[in-house]
Amino acid sequence: MTSTAANQADSQARSRRIIRQLRTGLGPLLAALILICIGLSIASPEFLTTSTLTNIMVQVSVVGIAAVGGTFVIITSGIDLSVGSLVALSGMVAATVMAGSSPDNVALGIAGLGVALVVGALVGALNGLSVAWLRLVPFIVTLAMMAMARGLTLAISDGRTKFDFPNAFTAFGAKTLVGLPAPMIVMLVVFVIGHVLLRKTTFGHQVFAVGGNKEAARLAGIPVNRVIFLTYTLAGATAAVAGIVLAGRLNSALPSAANGLELQVIAGIVIGGTSLAGGRGSIVGTFIGVVLIGVINVGLSLLGVNPFWTQFIQGGVIFAAVLLDAVSQRRKL
Amino acid sequence: MNSERGSEVSTGNPHHAVTNAGSTVAAPPLLRMEGIVKSFPGVKALRGVSLELQAGHVMAIVGENGAGKSSLIKTLSGAYEPDEGTIEINGQPLARGTHAAIDAGVAVIYQELSLVNDMTVAENLFLGRMPSRSGLVLRKRANEMARTALAQVGLEGVSPSMRLGDLPLNKRQLVEVAKALARDARILVMDEPTAALQREDIANLYAVVRRLRETGMGIIFISHHLEEVFELADSAVVMRDGATVGARAMAQWTEQDLVQAMVARNLDSFYPWEPRDYGPVMLEVRNLASPPVLRSASFSVRAGEIVGIAGIAGAGRTELLKAIFGALPLSGGEVLIRGQKVSIGSPAQGVRNGLVYTSEDRKLEGLVLDASIEENVALSSLLALATGGFVSNTKKRKLAQEASTRFGVRASSVMQITGNLSGGNQQKVILGRATATQPAVIMLDEPTRGIDVGAKTEIYAHMVSMARAGAAVIMVSSELPELLGMSDRVLVMYRGNIVTEIPRDKADSETVIQWATTGVGA
Repeated sequence: MTSTAANQADSQARSRRIIRQLRTGLGPLLAALILICIGLSIASPEFLTTSTLTNIMVQVSVVGIAAVGGTFVIITSGIDLSVGSLVALSGMVAATVMAGSSPDNVALGIAGLGVALVVGALVGALNGLSVAWLRLVPFIVTLAMMAMARGLTLAISDGRTKFDFPNAFTAFGAKTLVGLPAPMIVMLVVFVIGHVLLRKTTFGHQVFAVGGNKEAARLAGIPVNRVIFLTYTLAGATAAVAGIVLAGRLNSALPSAANGLELQVIAGIVIGGTSLAGGRGSIVGTFIGVVLIGVINVGLSLLGVNPFWTQFIQGGVIFAAVLLDAVSQRRKL
Repeated sequence: MNSERGSEVSTGNPHHAVTNAGSTVAAPPLLRMEGIVKSFPGVKALRGVSLELQAGHVMAIVGENGAGKSSLIKTLSGAYEPDEGTIEINGQPLARGTHAAIDAGVAVIYQELSLVNDMTVAENLFLGRMPSRSGLVLRKRANEMARTALAQVGLEGVSPSMRLGDLPLNKRQLVEVAKALARDARILVMDEPTAALQREDIANLYAVVRRLRETGMGIIFISHHLEEVFELADSAVVMRDGATVGARAMAQWTEQDLVQAMVARNLDSFYPWEPRDYGPVMLEVRNLASPPVLRSASFSVRAGEIVGIAGIAGAGRTELLKAIFGALPLSGGEVLIRGQKVSIGSPAQGVRNGLVYTSEDRKLEGLVLDASIEENVALSSLLALATGGFVSNTKKRKLAQEASTRFGVRASSVMQITGNLSGGNQQKVILGRATATQPAVIMLDEPTRGIDVGAKTEIYAHMVSMARAGAAVIMVSSELPELLGMSDRVLVMYRGNIVTEIPRDKADSETVIQWATTGVGA
């Protein structure tokens, strides 16, 4: 087989794979998103406006940013339940560091950002350490961490909300850049970095291998424990970024912030086609999944649906997504 | 003379006479398997096997790996449905399926025990059929019944209400026998029952088997240990290539006969072996130990050499390779690569030190089945393919295409998912991955398991070219012909130790089997 012929065969295979992806992978999801958007713009003239669309992006930004790290964890067949608490904890620690600051204090603002990131990554690293080297069950470890991080948030804030941060800190939640809100821009940047990290780097390849077959990856010389450790650390770091955006947007750190966020994060990831069994998934899928949830939420409120039903419908969407994925996987076999 | 008198006495009762005479003709045997044929796509696993087992007899089935022993047992247990042939128990044809076999009194004890560690001993004995009344389990009654069954296997000291997982492995195996008794089994089949046992436990198991024989049970056991066969069995059946090639009472077998009957005679030019020049010592291993299986192993391999490791299942061959590679923890010993002492704590370090290992289990430990050929080939070389952490797609593609071409992987492209490839092509992908790191030492664990003949010869040719290119090649194989056909010399392992080293010109099947099954030479 000459190399040009091989290349040709490969590009053919690649286009076949893209077609198959459209049929079984992200295709149906994207189609669903587009259909819902078309339906909503017919039903409600307010839907297809810049303000509604950017509003959706801002609303999903916190979940979306946290879901980027979560996608890595889930591809290794792990799970991280502590992200919601981590969003709150990193915001609260930053708020404590920045206490009593004037709006112009750039140094303190940067310190707040740094501290938030360090706290998030550190707690994530603890998760990773426990899962990778201590071989504890991810579900339980991160459940425990969820409680501990939330408890710590309540303890250091004494249950009270903290206000008034330097502008250098709130910029990431409150500013706009070329007319676009900062949370949306931060989210898009994090998604792009996440996508490149997952698709293009050694680390990303290792993440897929570990999730696809841990023992094969180990015997192929991949440092499985280190890879797992890094995914949880990354999830902690993206939760911290989400915490910075949330605190900045509200210009306050709430002890109860992001309560239950982990479920929305997992929902977004799973709707996006990442398999809880590991080895399969994409950052692009997670983005579509998270946006889909946001569109449905906003859409339902535009349509005047009783907000009590929103959660029910969200649950239905998750169920449908998982079912669809299972059916298409089974058909492949 | 007596019979004459007997018939005289019984003239008034013709029925009696007939029965008397008939006793030499046929009370049907406990088990009769006749002309059993079983095919799988591409393989004929059983080609007309027949055997008879009498009540109160112990029958050994021996044969090399792949001879069809396991398939035969699975046919008897109802797990496989034979394509042709009949199975009769006490003259009654056996209905299909595992339930029918159990109801007919067939109990099979596999090497991997089928017990639930987190349940009590009694619950295990009566799994799925605990004595109950109107939906409530009668625990007391179950425990009483369990005590009887346990006593029969010499486990009087074991409480029926203790958690099974708290028992040591040797006792759990006896619990499995007790489970068969609790089901009123009449035919007990044991697959390599002593493989995981220590010496004293083996003696204990022998005693139990003898006691069961007294009670009229028919016992079949599969074993690689010939000393065991001679100690325990009343008769032995030898299988080879899916057929029985000999069945005699034990008194009529000698060890040598058995070994000869087991061995196929076609060591021909099928193997592309030829003499090679050797380079320096690439790998040296001194007193390597990794409990519980690997006790102590010392050997060395030169560049350009192909060294085969023989041994029966459980002898520690896989463990030896994995211990060298860093995939199993060491309790002692040292590894030297190119004369340098190295400390290898993980497979990642093993790869960095110029080692590669390909697993005997392609699906569980070899491939990421959901991923493409390209991704699988690249797995061990990701660092080499990357600049600043970014993997070059071009380099990755090139690496995969080269490996794919060199090993002749038959696939539409390197983008194809490996899960859909044939076993031979999967193995070639793994070899492509292994050689992509330019290793000094290549360790192949059962490299041709489950692969068709054509792909096998290709893989043999690749082994030769790897050795020619200067790698030290180590092969573990349970297929004796291939081991003898491909190896420059053969190391034999027995119960965790390397017991001998046999040069190619002295390595024949009889010698290797002798060492592998007894741990000593003839």
